[in-house]
Amino acid sequence: MDQDYIKQRLIEKFGEAVTGFESPYGMLTFEAPKEMNLKVLQFLYDDEHLKFRFLTDLCAVHYPDNKGRELAIVYLLHNLVDNVRIRFKVFSPINEAGAAYTADIYTATKLFEAANWLERETFDFYGINFVGHPNLKRIMNVEEMDYYPMLKQYPLEDQSRVDKDDEMFGRGGSVI
Amino acid sequence: MSELQHIKDPHIVLPDGSIEKTTTTLNLGPTHPATHGVFQNILEVDGERIVSSEQTVGYIHRAFEKIAERRPLYQITPLTDRLNYCSSPINNMGWHMTVEKLLGITLPKRVEYLRIIIMELARISDHLICNSIVGVDAGAFTGFLYVMQYRELIYEIYEEVCGSRLTTNIGRIGGFERNFNDIAFAKLEKFLAEYPAVLKEFENLFNRNRIFMERLIGAGPIGADRALNYGFTGPNLRAAGVDYDVRVHTPYSSYEDFEFEVPVGSTGDCYDRFLVRNQEMWQSLRIIEQAYAKVKQFKGKDAEVYHADVPEYYLPKKEDVYTKMEALIWHFKIVMGETEIPKGEVYHSVEGGNGELGFYLISDGGRTPYRLHFRRPCFIYYQAYSELTSGGMLSDAVITMSSLNLIAGEMDA
Repeated sequence: MDQDYIKQRLIEKFGEAVTGFESPYGMLTFEAPKEMNLKVLQFLYDDEHLKFRFLTDLCAVHYPDNKGRELAIVYLLHNLVDNVRIRFKVFSPINEAGAAYTADIYTATKLFEAANWLERETFDFYGINFVGHPNLKRIMNVEEMDYYPMLKQYPLEDQSRVDKDDEMFGRGGSVI
Repeated sequence: MSELQHIKDPHIVLPDGSIEKTTTTLNLGPTHPATHGVFQNILEVDGERIVSSEQTVGYIHRAFEKIAERRPLYQITPLTDRLNYCSSPINNMGWHMTVEKLLGITLPKRVEYLRIIIMELARISDHLICNSIVGVDAGAFTGFLYVMQYRELIYEIYEEVCGSRLTTNIGRIGGFERNFNDIAFAKLEKFLAEYPAVLKEFENLFNRNRIFMERLIGAGPIGADRALNYGFTGPNLRAAGVDYDVRVHTPYSSYEDFEFEVPVGSTGDCYDRFLVRNQEMWQSLRIIEQAYAKVKQFKGKDAEVYHADVPEYYLPKKEDVYTKMEALIWHFKIVMGETEIPKGEVYHSVEGGNGELGFYLISDGGRTPYRLHFRRPCFIYYQAYSELTSGGMLSDAVITMSSLNLIAGEMDA
């Protein structure tokens, strides 16, 4: 099964809706509108030739300068029978600051159990609301946290800051 | 009438309107000695039988993905050490290979074979810990104590190559930091000569041990379709009967040059996981033997090759830095993180101790990754723990946890 075949099947099924076909470093990558993420995943899962039934990975990426397409959700799927991997992306605009969630995407948990914690992790770090998720709550960070730390507007601490007391961090300070 | 009415304790007076619960909530963890790491399981138990459970993770979350967005490539290697710390060399190599894929670096064969030796040693030490801990949890401490000195020997080999033992930071982008010395090879030979007898004895202790079998067979089973749906990879998936191995499906670092088998189980229970890991150690030994034989074929100048020629990314030798202008410039640029990485998007995965360890790296052409995501096998298959243990006994839950080889570091990233 080559990449042209997968591409052709997707275009047959979804027409103009699937776009952005490319294959960086040999992995077929494409995108679809965010409302269609489940339809595409279901088609890839059910189709008797495509058989993308293994969810390898799911994560999000934040592109603050990409107006209208700030958040990308990346699904990495694997057809274990023919050993083919594809990468499927959906882009979503980001909600204004202060909103409870940054974006709304349908959950893939009904298709893949593996998506459960991966989506919780993505929610935890990027604030994406996976609509229909059975247990969408923070997984790595404390539940009281009121921001989504992997968004690009939260930079890491400046490593050259000097207002911290080094003694508290086991550096410098008094020697006994 | 419920049977429980007869055994109701007259001394317990519940407030009006309260509903009497017939199950008990039990916290297993986060710091319980049987969990071998920081895991919290909130179990709902009926006597000793688990009715349902919920897992909490994140106690040692260290924000590696965020930190990586500000670090030059070679500073990310120490972060990967701390994922699955029982086999950090595999993580390190996986990261180097991801970067090499992005940069388009091809390595000399000798370097790839040396990497395979290190990775398979790491796999042995990882499985050794897991299986001997399964023994401990089943009540047999002897095996654990007996095999530890061979894990020590593996760590000594790491020490000869990179100077450290647990969090190794081994290798560099493009190869190794130094060539293997004679002591490393001597220790490797000692390991290859002595370890088979030890592993055989370890198997003799456990494999057909009646008590051990009774404890493990049927504990925490999972079928192939559920395991795939849960995203299982590695020995845990193979124990359920699916022969998916990244080393075979997507060979990296010249694994295609080697002859080895992929052991599979059938029931996906603790016993099959144990047997699969044991068999994998035998296969790893086979691979190391072949790789070492191949390494020995390099003679003269070829036997001194231990890295690819990529001055932009490979830290030059210290004596060159002091004597050669070019080496000094590269050294400065690498250490200060001033080398720009090409734009691109790459996913690379290796067969880690626990399964497919993936690195999804997006670079926007800057000096640090734009986004780095680790596909941690532990994190993905720990979701199934509730399904694996519900309906079983509490003691089975403990043994299921150790036989899944859950490593807190890999789960939390």
